[in-house]
Amino acid sequence: MINTDSRLVLLHNDDNIFVCCQKIFSGESIQLENHKAIIKTDIDVGHKLARNNINVTEKIYKYGVSIGSAKTDIKKADHVHLHNIKSDYMPSHDRSGLVDDSLPDGNLNNTSEKENFK
Amino acid sequence: MKAWLRKDGRKGIRNVVVVGYLVECAHHVARIIVNKADDTDIQLIGFPGCYPNDYAMKMMEAICTHPNVGGVVLLSLGCEGFNREGLKDTIESSGRPVETLVIQQNGGTKTTVEKGLLAALRIRTEIAKVEKVEMRIDELIVGTICGGSDGTSGISGNPAVGYCFDRLVKENASCIFEETGELIGCEDVMIKRAATPSLAKEIDACLVKAARYYEVLGYGSFAPGNAEGGLTTQEEKSMGAYCKSGESEIVGLIKPGDIPPTGGLYLLDVVPDGEVRFGFPNISDNAEIVELIACGCHITLFTTGRGSVVGSAVSPVIKICANPETYKNLSEDMDVNAGRVLEGTATPQDIGNEIYQQVMDVAGGKASKSEELGHQEFILTYKHFEPIGPACLPSAVNIQTR
Repeated sequence: MINTDSRLVLLHNDDNIFVCCQKIFSGESIQLENHKAIIKTDIDVGHKLARNNINVTEKIYKYGVSIGSAKTDIKKADHVHLHNIKSDYMPSHDRSGLVDDSLPDGNLNNTSEKENFK
Repeated sequence: MKAWLRKDGRKGIRNVVVVGYLVECAHHVARIIVNKADDTDIQLIGFPGCYPNDYAMKMMEAICTHPNVGGVVLLSLGCEGFNREGLKDTIESSGRPVETLVIQQNGGTKTTVEKGLLAALRIRTEIAKVEKVEMRIDELIVGTICGGSDGTSGISGNPAVGYCFDRLVKENASCIFEETGELIGCEDVMIKRAATPSLAKEIDACLVKAARYYEVLGYGSFAPGNAEGGLTTQEEKSMGAYCKSGESEIVGLIKPGDIPPTGGLYLLDVVPDGEVRFGFPNISDNAEIVELIACGCHITLFTTGRGSVVGSAVSPVIKICANPETYKNLSEDMDVNAGRVLEGTATPQDIGNEIYQQVMDVAGGKASKSEELGHQEFILTYKHFEPIGPACLPSAVNIQTR
């Protein structure tokens, strides 16, 4: 934690994500604990960054508790958001509509809730 | 810290006279009395409705016998439904001085204001003589709420309050968190923290009730703006509010006006029981603060991202600003700058320790920012609750009398 870029905060020791406190730009090389990592997309304030590699279906931990599951493999320092994690509770949506929560094996999760949600 | 010892054995960190109107028709008279007194320790509270309501009665009884309250002046028009005699009896049996003025029997506005002002000043002088005694941390009750939240609240202010709560709970203070309507998605995490299986069931039922209530009111849940701010899932959003509760075991579930019988962490159920009626569970942040105070809170920790400026009558509010930009704009209204977490100059733990220190200072008599600025908001409206079940409180073996 001591070595990590000060623009990132670790909210709980069990977390596998950092939360971004000041914008980090694509292409930057930043310190993540004991390693260097190259940032692939802009990360805005409030957004999440993988603390380590996370396998598909693994839980995402923030505040020390699960806030959803990975829907793809996520690499350390990747942006963690709607495109690679899903709610275990109800589907999320952005301004263009409901986010696709299907897992790579073709299993649709939360189908019934999805219908109700519309 | 030193506190005022009330005749009922409770200890207050402030020594306030409340002037309470029992119907909107008596509000003006009560307000003029408080304005003319021009004393920060003579404060206005009241209930506007003309129809009787058990919840409003319980709340007014709880507020008028709060440990920070030394005495009471009640203002009645005369024909309203409020049980003014019952309220007066409760206050009297708590050992606090109380005087009731019925406007219709006192010659109207002018003479009632004169009599009420004299009564408030007389009670103020009387309670200034109340003995001050040592108060321990395990005698403190502290509540928390958030208002005007933004994407930063869940990163800086709320986790910091969680750390502060954990520290207070370790020292056996009572801590209360609420906002059950915003904890949807945290059920599983929360019931695991319940002290007993039967309490876990009660908490689960309480959250089911909240979800249903908000559904009937037509509340949305996860908004696109949340995703733009970096939040990905409903459970993540709820956790942002929930993390104010820290990590301690949840020892009880209470309703407005119930006082925690022991130290430890309590959940306050603020969503009414029964059919949806009387509208929104809480029409504004101050309605929730009043409910926390009715549960005996000496101090309320208020986290804000967008920047609320409110305080409260009766119990001090400590405001924790989560957003560094907001802090720059509103620093005179904020007690703690949790935005430093976002600037990389402090951790949530550091801010948690700072909040803890503020709690000690304010409990010891230092005025919080909202107190300095004269904020004394108070709002009470209609609600309906059933009493809590036996599984909601720590078992009798563990109860030490507060």
